[in-house]
Amino acid sequence: MPLIRNGEIVADTWRVLEEVEDIPAEGDVIVSLERLKNSTKQIAARADRTGVAIENSADPVELEAHLAHLDLIALEFPAFTDGRAYSQARRLRTQYGFTGELRARGNVLVDQAGFLKQVGFDSFEVTDGQSLEIWNASARSMTLTYQRGYDGGQAIREFAR
Amino acid sequence: MYRYDEFDATFVRQRVDQFRGQVERRVNGELSEEEFRPLRLMNGLYLQLHAYMLRVAVPYGTLNSAQMRKLAFIADTYDRGYGHFTTRQNIQYNWPRLPDVPDILEHLAEVEMHAIQTSGNCIRNVTADHWAGVAADEAEDPRPHAELMRQWSSLHPEFSFLPRKFKIAVTGASADRAAIRYHDIGLRLKKNGQGEVGFEVFAGGGMGRTPMLAPRVRDWLAKEDLLPYLEAIMRVYNLHGRRDNKYKARIKILVHALGAEEFTAQVEREYARIDAPHIEPEQQELKRIAAYFAPPDYDALPGDDPALALRLEKHEDFAGWVERNVSAHRAPGYGIVNISLKPIGGIPGDASSDQMRAVADLAETFSLDEIRISHEQNLVLPNVAKRDLFALWQSLGEHSLADANIGLASDIIACPGLDYCGLATARSIPIAQDISRRLGDPARQREIGDMKIKISGCINACGHHHAGHIGILGLEKRGEEYYQITLGGSGDERASVGEIIGPGFSAENLTDAVETIVDTYMGLRENGETFLEAYRRVGPDPFKEAVYATH
Repeated sequence: MPLIRNGEIVADTWRVLEEVEDIPAEGDVIVSLERLKNSTKQIAARADRTGVAIENSADPVELEAHLAHLDLIALEFPAFTDGRAYSQARRLRTQYGFTGELRARGNVLVDQAGFLKQVGFDSFEVTDGQSLEIWNASARSMTLTYQRGYDGGQAIREFAR
Repeated sequence: MYRYDEFDATFVRQRVDQFRGQVERRVNGELSEEEFRPLRLMNGLYLQLHAYMLRVAVPYGTLNSAQMRKLAFIADTYDRGYGHFTTRQNIQYNWPRLPDVPDILEHLAEVEMHAIQTSGNCIRNVTADHWAGVAADEAEDPRPHAELMRQWSSLHPEFSFLPRKFKIAVTGASADRAAIRYHDIGLRLKKNGQGEVGFEVFAGGGMGRTPMLAPRVRDWLAKEDLLPYLEAIMRVYNLHGRRDNKYKARIKILVHALGAEEFTAQVEREYARIDAPHIEPEQQELKRIAAYFAPPDYDALPGDDPALALRLEKHEDFAGWVERNVSAHRAPGYGIVNISLKPIGGIPGDASSDQMRAVADLAETFSLDEIRISHEQNLVLPNVAKRDLFALWQSLGEHSLADANIGLASDIIACPGLDYCGLATARSIPIAQDISRRLGDPARQREIGDMKIKISGCINACGHHHAGHIGILGLEKRGEEYYQITLGGSGDERASVGEIIGPGFSAENLTDAVETIVDTYMGLRENGETFLEAYRRVGPDPFKEAVYATH
């Protein structure tokens, strides 16, 4: 599962922690929401970074108390047609002020690249077999966006009309 | 009317290029049909029974002559010389080839048109009152707001993978000609106590297998708050709408499950924390859009044209057409001309390329270059001076476009049905044609009066049967088509959902049943009441008795 960040395939320094594993003191790990809630102190005391992966039915409000200790939030696309994570991302960025890494995982297709960036995702675990070239072409295929307040593209706001 | 600036033009062209790339990837196998499907749908391309179908957006139903001519050109070049105007103010081509579609979209872009989001689980083409800006009963022209929503909803990054399709309709009038309460979101511009104009907001209406009228979620919304408020509704729906069952995925099901009060509370909570100043357009931008919809320079004309009065006396056919097809205009000396696409025995909403070109020419000559598509599958020339009505009527007649049946029994809405559609369970078009022939005698249908017959060829209700005074739903059982009749539906400001009167009818017996219903009404009506008024007074029983006694 290649990871794309800033238009490049990069090595993934993050490891998804199994439920049975203890939380290590070192290394970048992604934990579940349950883990995050149950091990708050332990996570706050870690030397390295912690991220959380949440279901797309979870309310971002559940993360609110933990945001200070989170460097990454992974949001799920169980099917590319299931767009709940777009709204979760949007809420995390604009309503909870999350500035860490927002990762899209699951069934993530190149043709969604532009939308994902606009709502605030910055790393993407894309399905195997999709070329970086097509991903970047897709991400750049629309340089204009009518919506105000979203990232990416040149919004009407900045366009001299 | 709105004109693209460099931004709009570039946006649409980039979209065409993007889709061209996607089509290439599909053709060479890089994209599976499953992956391609939502991409092509968001560009208006369906795979139907016999071929692809391309649905082109006519935003809020407004066109100019050059655009109509382009539609005719596409019909001739890439289709079989005709197009089908739909209940969502769009036009559908039934026979395009996949590799040609990017070229078609490029032709459309040349005249500031597109097929963006005429399908798919996204915000669809925004519809509006087809008399917007010219109707005599309007608080404010809804088109600038419809255009704002067209722009805002186009490739919305957050709301392009919704649980299900999403339809918004807007009106500025007291009479509802846009069926707003049958939409996912319905908007009505109205004046408050201080004389300010704002929106009354309805959400959670729809047709399909579970027809629902949208409850009001906001009595008053300031105009400038429209987009942030819409984003709040969309976000609640995107996060909480059901995705496990496509028949329960529309917002109406969510609103119904939560209850209107709880749904409204959730929307208001979201709205309270939305960063409205970053979402709402600047005043300047609203003004820029509104300027395109400024009333045209109407000639200062007397309210009544003396020559017209004489012609009305001497030409009975013309008088009959004026009575049914010409409506009150806000400017003195002008009328709104409704062109029927419902010739007796014809296919509702179909127009040949010759007819499209004729309408384009007539719009240029007589209607300040403007044409509208109505959700009732007719065309409108919104700005015709009364002194020109006779000449216009004569020209329309030369193109078989002068049927004087607007709002009458033969002005039938019908979906394409099993003749084209991959979802249909029964035919709609032949049923419409049969009823039209049976009830279409000019004197008879005038005598019957206002009557909306609406036919859908499956439970999805594209033919709006739930809102028909007489609604017909085509179904299938053991390989046989049969048709259910509902009575008393309406899509206007007193909206109601039609009620099923009983067991269905075969295609052969259906027209007899419809005629019996009409005759029953004729027998029991009082003081010139319309069919709908009579039905609301007497209820379904007299109709049931008549229909099931004779069958």
